[in-house]
Amino acid sequence: MKKTRILKLMCACCIFVITTLSASSCTTVKAYQKAKLNDAEMTLGNRKVEKTELSFQSYREGASGANAGKSGGGCGCN
Amino acid sequence: MKRIFLSALGILSLIQLHAQSASDSSGYKSKKLTLDEVNLVSSYYNQTGNNAAVTGGIGSEKLNDISNIIDVKFIRYDKKNRRHILDAALGIDHYTSASSDLIDLKANSSASHADTRIYPDISYSVENETKGTTIGAGLSASSEFDYKSFGGNITVAKKTNDKNGEFTAKVQVYLDKVSLVLPVELRPVTSGRENNYPTTARNTYAASLSYSQIINQNLQVAFFADFIQQQGYLSLPFHRVYFKDGSVHQENLPNTRSKLPLAVRANYFLGDNIILKAYYRFYTDNWGLTAHTANIEMPVKITPFFSVSPFYRFYTQTAIKYFGKYQTQSATNVYHSSNYDLSAFNSNFLGAGFKFNPLKGVFGLKHFNSLEIRYGHYAKNNQMNANIISLNIKYK
Repeated sequence: MKKTRILKLMCACCIFVITTLSASSCTTVKAYQKAKLNDAEMTLGNRKVEKTELSFQSYREGASGANAGKSGGGCGCN
Repeated sequence: MKRIFLSALGILSLIQLHAQSASDSSGYKSKKLTLDEVNLVSSYYNQTGNNAAVTGGIGSEKLNDISNIIDVKFIRYDKKNRRHILDAALGIDHYTSASSDLIDLKANSSASHADTRIYPDISYSVENETKGTTIGAGLSASSEFDYKSFGGNITVAKKTNDKNGEFTAKVQVYLDKVSLVLPVELRPVTSGRENNYPTTARNTYAASLSYSQIINQNLQVAFFADFIQQQGYLSLPFHRVYFKDGSVHQENLPNTRSKLPLAVRANYFLGDNIILKAYYRFYTDNWGLTAHTANIEMPVKITPFFSVSPFYRFYTQTAIKYFGKYQTQSATNVYHSSNYDLSAFNSNFLGAGFKFNPLKGVFGLKHFNSLEIRYGHYAKNNQMNANIISLNIKYK
């Protein structure tokens, strides 16, 4: 029950943050206004340094994919 | 760790001697394929636990793994000002595993106690900045003693007219070969060479769709959906299952598996120095496994050239329908596994990353663009624990 509560809380926080911030409207951002969006930390993909982390998680857990761990290939047996 | 760092530094020094930059401060766009970036990722991983699948869900899961990946990216612009990107990577993992050593229960440091995996991949893409389109293709391979994999993928992407949204579609195919290395007591008596194991196929077909959208100057989000179908031998031949009567069997899982992961990612630049990165994934498959993953990371720019990124990830999953603990299953179950990675558990992954990217380069070396170190502690509620430390050196 504890894990479900933690998960629900985290999901609620994520949804709250996304919806609250989205509520400030979806505006067209010009190229010259993208300084913050172009920051290396703002990338929506995984960074190189996370590659081996994602690899071990896809071995040690039953779920993978959707921009977090590869969907096939390799073994996963070690 | 020292060896990893020194080898990485050595490789980058050699590259520095020979490489030329793809672009300069004048904004000149090279028509020749020129080196843009080199990334070297090294990591050390260790784990402990007492539910090894090789020994039927009991026994040590102790494992150490060292990974080194070098990733080289080249760029050129053609006459139509389209950007061509060639990305090539080579990874080498070496691991030692206490449980793999027990494929032969009487062995002590047998041939299977350690292995090396080599995995090259290459991709080529063409981006038309005017039209907002990208097309690309890639090939990958992976080879270790008992497993070979060959993969291919095609990607197409299209930006919205205002260039604030992008839709991406990717199809991937992996054609794998599993060597049938059985637990030693279950092997048929043959007079052939011991290392000449038969192989069987495991194929994976995946379609990935994603859509990213800039919401405003500080926020962008992305949605991801994968449709994955696996066919062939999906068990691992050396995983033991002990039945209630004490008899030992091989793991046996269905020959097909359909997976559906759905995810959302949001990155928000809070003020001038803090970034909030959130990720949530829902996963389900037809083996009965349902999982939720929630991840939050908060890079804080202490100075323009140094940032600290604490992160936390929570993961929970239900067991597959075919999972059973040591000596709990019987012959009436056609499919059976005692692999605790497919059992019900939750896990916590907590750590931090430290990134240095000085204006004049790390250690004053102009092209030594950034250095990032990341540590994480991973713990499952079934007493499996792991630590991973990763290092990324970027040459640009």
